[in-house]
Amino acid sequence: MTGAYVASIDQGSASSRCMLFDRRGRLVSVAQKEHRQLFPRPGWVEQDAEEILGNVLQVVPDALEKAELKLADLVALGIANQRETTVVWDRDSGRPIYNAISWQDTRTDKIVNRLAAEGGKDRFRAKTGLPLTTYFSGPKIQWILDHVEGARDGAERGTVLFGTMDTWLIWKLTGRHVTDVTNASRTMLMDLRSLDWDDELLEAMKVPRAMLPEIHASSEPYGEAGAPLRGLPVAAALGDQQAALFGQTCFAAGEAKCTYGTGSFLLLNTGDRLVESTHGLLTTVGCRIAGEPPTYALEGSIAVTGALVQWLRDKLGLISSAAEIETLARTVEDSGGVYVVPAFSGLFAPHWRSDARGVIAGLTGYTTKGHLARAVLEATAWQTREVIDAMNSDAGTVLRVLKADGGMTADNLMMQLLADNLGVPVVRPIVAETVSLGAAYAAGLAVGFWPNVESLRANWHKAAEWLPRLDPETRERRFRKWKKAVARTLEWVDDDDE
Amino acid sequence: MPRPIQSIQRAAQVMHLLSGRARRLSLVELSAQMGLPKGTVFGILRTLQQVGFVEKDPDSAKYQLGAALLHLGSTYLDGNELRSRALNWADSLAARSNETVRIGTLHDGRVLVVHHVFRPDDSYQVLQVGSLLPLHATALGKALLAASPYVLSELDGEELTRFTARTITDVKQLTVALKEVKRRGWAADIGELVDGEGSVAAPITDRSERTVGSIAISGPIERLCESELPRSDLVAYVRESARAISRDLGAIPW
Ligand SMILES: Nc1ncnc2c1ncn2[C@@H]1O[C@H](COP(=O)(O)OP(=O)(O)OP(=O)(O)O)[C@@H](O)[C@H]1O
Ligand SMILES: [Mg+2]
Repeated sequence: MTGAYVASIDQGSASSRCMLFDRRGRLVSVAQKEHRQLFPRPGWVEQDAEEILGNVLQVVPDALEKAELKLADLVALGIANQRETTVVWDRDSGRPIYNAISWQDTRTDKIVNRLAAEGGKDRFRAKTGLPLTTYFSGPKIQWILDHVEGARDGAERGTVLFGTMDTWLIWKLTGRHVTDVTNASRTMLMDLRSLDWDDELLEAMKVPRAMLPEIHASSEPYGEAGAPLRGLPVAAALGDQQAALFGQTCFAAGEAKCTYGTGSFLLLNTGDRLVESTHGLLTTVGCRIAGEPPTYALEGSIAVTGALVQWLRDKLGLISSAAEIETLARTVEDSGGVYVVPAFSGLFAPHWRSDARGVIAGLTGYTTKGHLARAVLEATAWQTREVIDAMNSDAGTVLRVLKADGGMTADNLMMQLLADNLGVPVVRPIVAETVSLGAAYAAGLAVGFWPNVESLRANWHKAAEWLPRLDPETRERRFRKWKKAVARTLEWVDDDDE
Repeated sequence: MPRPIQSIQRAAQVMHLLSGRARRLSLVELSAQMGLPKGTVFGILRTLQQVGFVEKDPDSAKYQLGAALLHLGSTYLDGNELRSRALNWADSLAARSNETVRIGTLHDGRVLVVHHVFRPDDSYQVLQVGSLLPLHATALGKALLAASPYVLSELDGEELTRFTARTITDVKQLTVALKEVKRRGWAADIGELVDGEGSVAAPITDRSERTVGSIAISGPIERLCESELPRSDLVAYVRESARAISRDLGAIPW
């Protein structure tokens, strides 16, 4: 092995990034390209899988070029991806038979409600760790097979294939039809214990086994890429949030992180223990290194955090860039009693209410756009508070420090509000892009670039820390108000809505 | 090369004079300084007034630079925006240099710290974002000053505060030092703000090559310097990160 760098792809909801890291886990280069979001109808969110592939194939050489490196300088490529987003394609033509259906898409609500009517929202929870919601891939596959002509036939014959983004990219890069345990754990088709596709689930979701990829470890050499990345070993795949857990070096049971991006995701490593949540969290696979048993995790998924900032920018036009929200929010001392609950496509953890829609509560004539901006940042903090409370209850532990990462942690005011509203210190590690770092770590481990996970811990350092400043009384009073605002989002959607 | 257009040259001269120390000048003062008849200068001023580049102060009847100019040539970039875009490279610089990293912008004659990355040794450190530092006694400040002759000219004749025996308190001496900063593309402070502490900084520029901030590492002199001079490997790291951030600023914002 001559290379000195690992490449990682973070195939996200909004963009695809390539980052290059050196042996000490330090960022050496980055290239990024956004892709289009398609909104054919209210509640529908699609992406073009071929556009995404094109971007991925472009950002790798771009990142190399920026750092004046060559393909031969890389030892491996790891992939972290937006989870649950569903691609179905034709094996022979290599082309998708429908746009990729995003995790944010809610078109499967009828399928999901039908399934829930026959045994409750939690009928598959014991096996999959997931409640029945529109979030996961299984029902999305069913929708495509039911709406694209000939798709179901092809799927049964194995000429129409399914994959999450990892699978789609690995198939295009190496020709192998594989996925990893973390991505598979988000389809609602895999049994968390056997780590294999489950016949009862396949039958319930009406998904033929022949169209599914083989489930592999997260850190394992899957194969070498062909042109234009010829010879590059593709050696890791993880769902982006699991990659972030890995990138934060939360390798042991009891370690947790929260990643702040489009949505935000709190994950707690529970080691070899499968913890079933009674407080609205998900049970999911954290990672599996080839030749080792899997580690499990508890997850608190928040659908809308950074996306709310983008909404303020793109739909309301109150700011011209995401970062400007901090400037605007700092024009006021507090949110002036305003609460924004961004239940754009229902509420995720810990509520899981698809009948909820967003509200802005507490408006008065005194409210300014500064208050609104501040309430938007506070919404992220309060939503985090809810999932942390749930996690403390489920795991029987108490989180003493929050390890936060992701693009949104550039917002110092948001970080302070987090510390204030949670009442615990918040720390940011020296690499905020933990999704990319985690995929790089997993790929580097698979090819022996790093000897073991313990050697990676030394790379974790505290880059910044925020301490709580709000008195507990004010904090709890405001949290009570937040809960009242949440209550006002519920039961908004009616069966006969237009 | 085509000949320069005289009236534009003259208009530029007016604006240079108005951006000098006096800030406000009367028609008589301007025409005297330019060596031109009042009528000629008045014509130029009137046109500049029409496009918003010059304003007339109603009380003193003196001319000053107009608000339109602030938006045009301003080096202003929201500090929160700068932090957002510099985050990854500031982290990377801290990891490579093993030192504290800070990013500063020009603010009311001082350096405003808009971003701070802890020295990666997990020792107890406190976030310094929002604090203000003197321009003349920090590498961050000198990197900014070297690109802002306008701000430097404001300092002319002013007492520069002494913090240590090594602080440059003489504006002429500072001006010479800044020429060197500009020439080599980086600035240093060796015990000029705090005894035994130093910093190395490089300017961050936007797509039109205007300096919008500076990035620095800081730490004890014995780690930062080799025989009284900043270590060349550290200087290279700082400059590379400044370049990387500058390049990313040329990209489309979030
Ligand atoms: N300074 C800031 N203040 C508030 N929000 C910000 C700031 N900077 C970025 N954001 C938000 O963070 C998100 C981008 O962060 P990041 O790139 O980590 O997202 P992501 O979830 O990884 O993206 P993807 O959806 O492509 O995976 C955007 O939603 C943006 O609105
Ligand atoms: Mg992401």
